[in-house]
Amino acid sequence: MKFVDEFQRSDLVKGLVRHICDNSHKKVRFMEFCGGHTIAILKYGIRQLLPPNIEMLSGPGCPVCVTDNADIDKAIALAAVPGVILTTFGDMLKVPGSRGSLQEAKANGADVRIAYSTIDALAIARENPERLVVFLGVGFETTAPTIATSVLMAEQERITNYYVLSLNKLCPPVIKALLDSGEVKLNGLICPGHVSAVIGSEPWEFIARDYGIPCVVSGFEPLDILQCVDMLVAQVESGRSEVEIAYKRGVTLAGNKQAIALMDRVFEPGEAIWRGIGDVANSGLKIRAEYSRFDAERHFEIKPGETIHPAGCICGDILRGIKTPSDCKLYKTVCTPERPVGPCMVSAEGSCAAYYLYGEGR
Amino acid sequence: MCLAIPAKIISIQDKEAVIEIGGIRREASLWLTPEAKVGDYVLLHTGFAIAVLDEDEARETLELIEAVARAGEEEENEERSEVKRSE
Repeated sequence: MKFVDEFQRSDLVKGLVRHICDNSHKKVRFMEFCGGHTIAILKYGIRQLLPPNIEMLSGPGCPVCVTDNADIDKAIALAAVPGVILTTFGDMLKVPGSRGSLQEAKANGADVRIAYSTIDALAIARENPERLVVFLGVGFETTAPTIATSVLMAEQERITNYYVLSLNKLCPPVIKALLDSGEVKLNGLICPGHVSAVIGSEPWEFIARDYGIPCVVSGFEPLDILQCVDMLVAQVESGRSEVEIAYKRGVTLAGNKQAIALMDRVFEPGEAIWRGIGDVANSGLKIRAEYSRFDAERHFEIKPGETIHPAGCICGDILRGIKTPSDCKLYKTVCTPERPVGPCMVSAEGSCAAYYLYGEGR
Repeated sequence: MCLAIPAKIISIQDKEAVIEIGGIRREASLWLTPEAKVGDYVLLHTGFAIAVLDEDEARETLELIEAVARAGEEEENEERSEVKRSE
C-alpha cells in the first residue's frame, strides 16, 4: 500500500537501528504520548531493537482510556432515557463504568448503536426522526473536527433530533499537567502524528522551550518511529530541545486550518476530567452557546449516580507513565481483554491491551 | 483511536469523495480537506479526510532515512573490518 509499505522496509530498519545504537550514549527516557504509537512500538518490537540506555514509556494518549468513569456513567444514563438512541465509536462499548458498560446497558434493552463515523450517526438521526439520537463525542483533536462537522451538517440540514455529548479532549494541556506534576521526568517526547496532522507541530513548542524537552512528531510505521527516535537522540546528544517533524508527509507547522476553524466554530475549551490525572483546565471541548441545541448535556437532565472506581485497578498510574501494566496485580489475572476491569485493557490502543497482545517488551 | 490510514481519492462530488484503500472503495467526507483533488492520497480518519498527504515530503523523508540507514550500515561494516584486522 502506498505511503505504508515504503515505511516498513526491513533493510532500512536495520540501518536506522544501527545509527541509533552508535549515536546514543546518554541514559534517556522517551515517552510516546499516543496510544497508536504504543501499539506500533510493541507490535514491531521496537523496544527490543533499541539500546538499553533508551527507556520507552507510554503516555495518556488514548481517548477511551482517559475517559473517566463519571463520564461513562453519564453516557450510560443517557442511553437509558426513553426515546434515546446512543451512537458511539465501537471502542467505548466495553469500557466499564461504575455500574456496568454501554454493552451491558444495550443487553438490558438500551438502544446503543456503533457508528464508524459521525456521518453514520447523522444517518441514524435522519432515519429516526421520532427518536433522539445522541453521539458520544470521545476523541482528541484528530476526531473533534469530525464531530464539529456533524453538528454543522445537522444545522445545515435542519436535523433537530441530533445531539452530541462532548467528552472531547485536548492533548497539549494534559501534557503540560503531566510535566507540571513532576512525577515523570522525560528526555524526549514522541508527539502524536494524527493529532498534529490537525493542530500542526507549533502547539508543542512550549514543551521544547519551557521544559527543555526535545519533541519530534512521528508517523506510525516502523521507519517513522525509528527516525523519530534517531532525531530525539540527535537532539539529546547535542543538547538541543526543539520541535521537529518526522512525519512531514502528513504534518505541517500550522496543521489543517480548515479542521481547526470548524472545531473552533463549534467548540470552546473547558474543563475535562482525565482518568488518573483529574480535572485539567481548558483540556476539554465544550459546545459553544450558539450550538447549544445540539448539546446533550444541556438538553437532557442526566443523573448518573455516584462514581465508583474499580478496586485494585491502576489504569490511572499507567496513564501517567509512573507504572506499567506488569505492575498491576489485576493484569492478566482478573483483568483480560475478554473481561476488562479498566479501560487500558479495553481499548485496542490501551497500554494493557497492547502489552497483553504483543508482549511486555523490555 | 486517532488511527488514520492513507487512502486514494477516486472521484469527488461536492464535499463527498469515493476513496480506495487496498482495493476497497468507500465514501469519505472532504469537509476538512476542501483542497483535496482526484488522485491525491489523504489520511482517512473515521470517514473524514483529515490531511492531504504530500508525496514530495514522503520522498524526501525516505531519502533522508536511506542516508541515515546507510551511514549506520557503513559504521557496522567498518567495525567488522576492524575486528577482522585485529584478528
